[in-house]
Amino acid sequence: MSKETYLHIYYLMRLTRAMEDRTRTLFLQGRIVGGVYTAQGHEATTVGAAMTLRDGDCIVPQHRDLGMHLVRGGSPRAVMCQWLARGNSPTLGRDGQLHIGDMQHGIVPPISMLGESLPVACGVALTMKMRKRSTIVLASCGDGATNTGPFHEALNFASVQKLPVVFIIENNGYAYSTPGQKQYAIQNLSERALAYGMPGESVDGNDVLAVMEAVGRATEHVRSGKGPALVECKTFRVRGHSEADKADYVPQALREEWLAKDPIQRFEAYLTEEQNLTEAEKADIAARVKETVDDAVRFAEQSPASDPSTVADYVFAPDGPTAIVGEPDADNPRFINAIDTRTGQPFTTMIDARHIEDARFVAPQEVVRR
Amino acid sequence: MSTVTYLEAIGQAIREEMLRDEAVFLLGEDVGTYGGAFKVSAGLLEEFGPERVIDTPMAEAAIIGSAVGAALMGMRPIAEMQFIDFITCGFDQIINMASKMYWRVGMPVPMVIRGPAGGGTKGGPFHSASPEAWFFHTPGIKVVVPSTTYDAKGMLKAAIRDNNPVLYLEHKLLYRLPELREELPTEDYIVPLGKAITRRDGEDMTVLTYGAMVYQCLRAAQTLEQEDDLEVEVIDLRSLSPLDLETILESVKRTNKVLIVHEDTLTGGIGAELSAILAEDLFEYLDGPITRVAAPDVAFPYAPPLEAAYLPNAEKILTAARKLAAY
Repeated sequence: MSKETYLHIYYLMRLTRAMEDRTRTLFLQGRIVGGVYTAQGHEATTVGAAMTLRDGDCIVPQHRDLGMHLVRGGSPRAVMCQWLARGNSPTLGRDGQLHIGDMQHGIVPPISMLGESLPVACGVALTMKMRKRSTIVLASCGDGATNTGPFHEALNFASVQKLPVVFIIENNGYAYSTPGQKQYAIQNLSERALAYGMPGESVDGNDVLAVMEAVGRATEHVRSGKGPALVECKTFRVRGHSEADKADYVPQALREEWLAKDPIQRFEAYLTEEQNLTEAEKADIAARVKETVDDAVRFAEQSPASDPSTVADYVFAPDGPTAIVGEPDADNPRFINAIDTRTGQPFTTMIDARHIEDARFVAPQEVVRR
Repeated sequence: MSTVTYLEAIGQAIREEMLRDEAVFLLGEDVGTYGGAFKVSAGLLEEFGPERVIDTPMAEAAIIGSAVGAALMGMRPIAEMQFIDFITCGFDQIINMASKMYWRVGMPVPMVIRGPAGGGTKGGPFHSASPEAWFFHTPGIKVVVPSTTYDAKGMLKAAIRDNNPVLYLEHKLLYRLPELREELPTEDYIVPLGKAITRRDGEDMTVLTYGAMVYQCLRAAQTLEQEDDLEVEVIDLRSLSPLDLETILESVKRTNKVLIVHEDTLTGGIGAELSAILAEDLFEYLDGPITRVAAPDVAFPYAPPLEAAYLPNAEKILTAARKLAAY
């Protein structure tokens, strides 16, 4: 990897952390009205896993995967609009958290029922297989979700159909307050792979380079058409399930042990020792991170509130032609799945959605009222 | 030109849509090599191959969830539930994933979930379900129930071409009913979703029904004409969500009496919502109580005498209609 790539990874990990730190502040200030779920400690896993992907690949993230969104070009502005329930957020204020994404940019938006996104990942991968593409799907879930039926149905179906899916388990020690030993009776969650006839490995999820190596092996396997693979990234949720959770059920010594393995500090130490990271480069990255977060918050706070007169709108998608995502011309706005037909504008989840600059909110033309 | 059954019409719709649009494919349990538990998809695997006619593991969340994922990619999957009762195993994918998707993020989910519904086949509590009310209550999914061979084909085609999740309920009692054999148009046609159809004209009472109950209602209407000199209008709702309120309200405004008949259980059923709509919108037009005939609020029973006691039929409809007509 070039030094530029190393620095980019470092930037994305720090941006992920800084976005979440600011989100927490906004929550404590009462400016975010709903639940806030962050992932301090996951940055090596989320950023590292997504860094192994190529153009045309798709991510199926869970609710703590801001790092994946940012790697794939997710817009910090859109993320902040979403947290602050603005009318121009990707969900137009209909949903909160990181429940955002659009298929034109290869992101399946998560829901709160953890594990349910994995069968959906199979459908995306099934389409790629049917269309004979070399693209793949990276689908993640937590240790808690591995206990659900859909997790097992998805892994089994993916393996039987030889679907191009890399399943990432972010094992952060707890499903809300329930520790691993009350959830499963095996040592490593990657052992689940054996039962479904796919390769599986467990990796230090706080070591971004180790994550990239392990997930890289998995993506290579999957891309070659041999079927799915599973990687368990062992990490730790050093904060509560949500910001309303003090997580006093976590032994202090355990938390401190993991805080000492902070993925950003570890990567920074590596970069300093092995890649000649300079103080000037660090300062530059810190400044860019701060500027990006400030801009996102400023933008979101200046954005319009959701329009209450639209509360009963957008129940049904309008009639019209649809494209198969990823085919030539599929982004032509004449296709109703190429743009957000609720607003008549491009999807706003990504950084390249420039129209978000002026925060215009156009009244939808084809509203289907129930 | 030969006639086809209700079941064959469903198979024709799938085949013709697969020929018309490469985005359309079928997945479900035993739909490929075996041709489906009721043989709806017989011959499709041979014609389209295993990539477009997919035999899946017994895993409804994977079947429906994969359909959602493919639909997000712009495919038009048809997910078969071997018996519609098993849709509960994939409930979350429908309620929380598919139905909220467009509303939440603006991405259409063009998919069909279909399967055999309804009782009268000695199927017992797990092979006789009429699950429409759960989904009727859910914003973002359309629910349709064809009762004729013509509609079975035309509505399935419309459902496949729709840009939303559509639950398509086929009544297994109608699958091979000889009386339902029809000669279908040779050219492509659809029956638009959201439109009811009047199966019998009348001025004395409106009967609102759907699915296999249409035939019980028509039988009762004939008796009422012959024995009671009553002209009963029978409206086949066909599409439960969206409902064709225009047709319903127009008829009841004219007849001033309304009887609602469904095979599903009474409480919280389609009839409950129809009753509320009619009471709210047509209060001053009604000359008698809005009356419902439905299954009792219990699970679907197995033993023949219990099944017969459970299901609404022409006789029960007659009794209710006569009581209503007396007002």
